[in-house]
Amino acid sequence: MSEQLVFAMEVTLNGLMAGVLYALVALGFVLIYKASGIFNYAQGVMALFAAMTLVGIMNGQVPFAHVINAIFGGHITHFGWNVPGVLAIALTVGVMILLAWLVQVLVMRHLVGQEPIILFMATIGLAYFLEGVADLMWGSEIKTLDVGLPQGINIWIDETTFQIFDYGFFIDNLDLVATVIAGLLVAGLVMFSQYTKQGRAMRAVADDHQAALSVGISLNFIWVLVWSLAGFVALVAGIVWGTKSGVQFSLSLIALKALPVLMLGGFTSIPGAIVGGLIIGVGEKLFEFAIGPLVGGATENWFAYVLALLFLVFRPQGLFGEKIIERV
Amino acid sequence: MFYREAGDFKTSYQADGQTFPIRFDRMRYYVVLVVAFGLIPFFINDYWVNAILLPFLIYAIAAIGLNILVGYCGQVSLGTGGFMAVGAYGCYKLMTAFPEVSMIVHVLLSGGITAMVCVLFGLPSLRIKGFYLAVATLAAQFFLVWLFNRVPWFYNNSASGQISAPERDVFGIVITGPNAPAWATYLFCLIFLTVCALVARNLTRGSVGRSWMAIRDMDIAAEIIGVNPMKAKMTAFAVSGFFIGVSGALFFSVYLGAVEVGEAFGIQKSFLVLFMVIIGGLGSIFGAFAGAAFLVLLPVVLKVLGVDVLGWPTDIVAHFQLVIVGALIVFFLIVEPHGLAQMWRVTKEKLRLWPFPH
Repeated sequence: MSEQLVFAMEVTLNGLMAGVLYALVALGFVLIYKASGIFNYAQGVMALFAAMTLVGIMNGQVPFAHVINAIFGGHITHFGWNVPGVLAIALTVGVMILLAWLVQVLVMRHLVGQEPIILFMATIGLAYFLEGVADLMWGSEIKTLDVGLPQGINIWIDETTFQIFDYGFFIDNLDLVATVIAGLLVAGLVMFSQYTKQGRAMRAVADDHQAALSVGISLNFIWVLVWSLAGFVALVAGIVWGTKSGVQFSLSLIALKALPVLMLGGFTSIPGAIVGGLIIGVGEKLFEFAIGPLVGGATENWFAYVLALLFLVFRPQGLFGEKIIERV
Repeated sequence: MFYREAGDFKTSYQADGQTFPIRFDRMRYYVVLVVAFGLIPFFINDYWVNAILLPFLIYAIAAIGLNILVGYCGQVSLGTGGFMAVGAYGCYKLMTAFPEVSMIVHVLLSGGITAMVCVLFGLPSLRIKGFYLAVATLAAQFFLVWLFNRVPWFYNNSASGQISAPERDVFGIVITGPNAPAWATYLFCLIFLTVCALVARNLTRGSVGRSWMAIRDMDIAAEIIGVNPMKAKMTAFAVSGFFIGVSGALFFSVYLGAVEVGEAFGIQKSFLVLFMVIIGGLGSIFGAFAGAAFLVLLPVVLKVLGVDVLGWPTDIVAHFQLVIVGALIVFFLIVEPHGLAQMWRVTKEKLRLWPFPH
């Protein structure tokens, strides 16, 4: 087998893994969009906020420490304890639920019935706000996050592929774990929305707000629930991405990576988010591998968008999106 | 009592069709012109021009351009930063290739180039709309920034990858470069802003503007009553691109002087201009001015308050600034989704009756 082909296979595998990570972020968007019609730009910043909170709780950092120090003088930094990972994750989930409730009570409830673009802008405002709060609370320096996920090259795959192709594939253990986590998350979400009372209520709201209201479903509760779920997905994405590349501002930019995934898959479809993520992940890695060196590299910045753009010209609702029916 | 349409009679078609048909508006317009052209140039120094006036004037042009696209034609665009970069790099290439030509020509030409690029990236709007289109315009943003970063021809193979504006003049007065006097740069941008605002105002009053608004309100219905959607959307993209390109050219050549594309024209710039349009008011030329003034002044005021008055470290002030800007945007959207322009309209309603409301 030719060398180039083997390289391409490795790139494809890595692309699939990257695609899973994109899909993980895109899932959070789809959840909120389906249930409330809000396109939540703050999803990426929520992942950043969740990851920072997790690190802060684990290290026993005092929230707002450097603000307090700057204003009142003093040198508070840490409580002096370390919280074990599982407990810290549980606490962070609590924080994300509180955040969901605050967003619903303070912002979204007042914007019911506004045009989608206004809601979209509100979530951009929310993104700015959350980013500032996260920096004020935990400081803006780069942090490492370690909740015990395995990292580094997978020896087994390396050796097996070496025996077959004479060339060991480099697959990160973390990517494999992320794939499993994403699979579990999707399965969990599907089970939740199919088999529980709240999940069914959520789907009813997604279908028709007014009809859901008329059969006694509390819209307020469902929206808090949906934002909490999105917060949870953000936490999972934050843990995986934070372990991979450190908890820092660039984490919030993964939202921008998720957008073309959504366009490809359709804004309203959970399987669409997965398939779209895989296509984008493989596509951009292969494109960079094949064409990138010819045009100066770093094509990952725009390839996904241009692919999604071209695709939309032929199928405006995305792969799995609901058919757009227009009436006058 | 102060603001009234009654008693303002027109006796000729010309008077009826003028840009500001109501006397109060017209007077206000003349007063603003006299202050801006006749008074401010005598009282400004470098700090005022560089910190407040130039960014305000330049962002106001960009906001007018984006307002035409988003507010009047309803095509949401997140590619403003990329299109401003087209204006800036177009201007740079023209400035270095034709040093003896006047800056006015360069700025106008780079606006024209941007208009063409904008139309090209606007083509998908014929098929897709709403959020899908908004995300699709991000393709323009990322692709253009990448292009200017990676292709050396655009920055004349300079070692740093930056572009910096050489010294150029208009009628013998230096406009760009470090030696340009403050009043000259101010007046240069002000002239462009005035012309752009007048053109935009009159375009939006005319048949082109009406077809844009018809498309915005409901494109299928507009098509049925005979508005050509392709023509309307493409003209909106072209006009908007022209204004944004002019503002990008000015932003680079007159205001910053040296530019690194990812930093100056990144995605943040697209959001900033979109915020100006939304906070100012969608579908209003006055709103573009108000939004630009608000978002240019806010960071300056916060910085003065936080760093100079309270004495906090700059990084904490910068974080607080994010919090406050975010909270203000949400607050504005909740209290007045139609922006500052709507507040001004409400004020005019009040002024009409004041001080005898019954």
